[in-house]
Amino acid sequence: MATPSKVIVITSGKGGVGKTTTSAAISAGLAMQGHKTVVIDFDIGLRNLDLIMGCERRVIYDFVNVINGDANLSQALIKDKRVENLFILPASQTRDKDALTKEGVAKVIEDLKKDFKFIVCDSPAGIERGALMALYFADEAIVVTNPEVSSVRDSDRILGVLSSKSQRAENKSEPIKEHLLLTRYSDTRVRRGEMLAIDDVLEILSIPLLGVIPECPAVLTASNRGVPVTLDIPSEAKTAYEDAVKRLLGENIPLDTAPKDWKRRILDRLNKFRSPA
Amino acid sequence: MKFFNFFCRQPQTRSAAAVAKERLQIIVSHESTRKSGTDIVKQLQKELIEVISKYIKVDQDQIKVQLERTGDHSVLELNVTLPGVGTIVSEESD
Repeated sequence: MATPSKVIVITSGKGGVGKTTTSAAISAGLAMQGHKTVVIDFDIGLRNLDLIMGCERRVIYDFVNVINGDANLSQALIKDKRVENLFILPASQTRDKDALTKEGVAKVIEDLKKDFKFIVCDSPAGIERGALMALYFADEAIVVTNPEVSSVRDSDRILGVLSSKSQRAENKSEPIKEHLLLTRYSDTRVRRGEMLAIDDVLEILSIPLLGVIPECPAVLTASNRGVPVTLDIPSEAKTAYEDAVKRLLGENIPLDTAPKDWKRRILDRLNKFRSPA
Repeated sequence: MKFFNFFCRQPQTRSAAAVAKERLQIIVSHESTRKSGTDIVKQLQKELIEVISKYIKVDQDQIKVQLERTGDHSVLELNVTLPGVGTIVSEESD
């Protein structure tokens, strides 16, 4: 393979902020851009990625089966039916997080690197074994954060873990490249002074911003049907995730972090009216 | 009730977002924990205890070190309670 593959962890510390939604959307987005991508569910015991990706009825073997040698990778990988280049490695529902051994995970990731350009690791919440294993081998990290106090604090904690407990930290090699993805953002509530603004969160966490996903009904409706947001019908969230994917791939997509004034809001409305996409 | 609140609302009260930001700035200590990989405050506390107990007999629980960030500066607060003598507080800021 021409360029080495990249391991990207989607993490947050706090639960319910949108890690799995983001894992599905980003990995589908990368595949849409023509990169061979696999997304791994590290939430052993509470698997959900398969449901968000809409392949829950096609799970036969899982991540733990592969680690234990009960199945090989090609048996466990589920090929997405909607987009080329996208594969899912589901989590086990019956085991606990101790089934993830460092050696086992290392072997699976090494094998996946031979075949895939991007390996996206969907981390469970918390900072215990499952989460540590998900981030240990990462080259890059997307820290999913809601503009809300507990989520921001947990993101700060997970950034500390990334810089001290990852393989790159242990080997004292180049640190993991960190990206902030702000989700469930409401411009209206920011203008009312009810919600932390983008710049507030950036000031506190001080890592580069990958994107801002607005609070958007399309996220729930996409998950209801098991479709990653980036493969679903046009929505604000879809556009925001697509931009985040492009930035992840190194494209320079400008992002306006200031709250919109009334002129911008009217222009946005008009634009939406003009092009229904 | 909402109608009543509308007239009683005080425009000078700080927004909820501003309160959230200030609270986060105090508890989130990325400069001390993240950049170095270890907790500087803990390390500092350990060494300060060593130095102080070299000169004064003091209970380890009676030494408190705190780093607070407020806006553009940080405050390092050292609080040592001496048995029988009273409390000595010294503050340094950078």
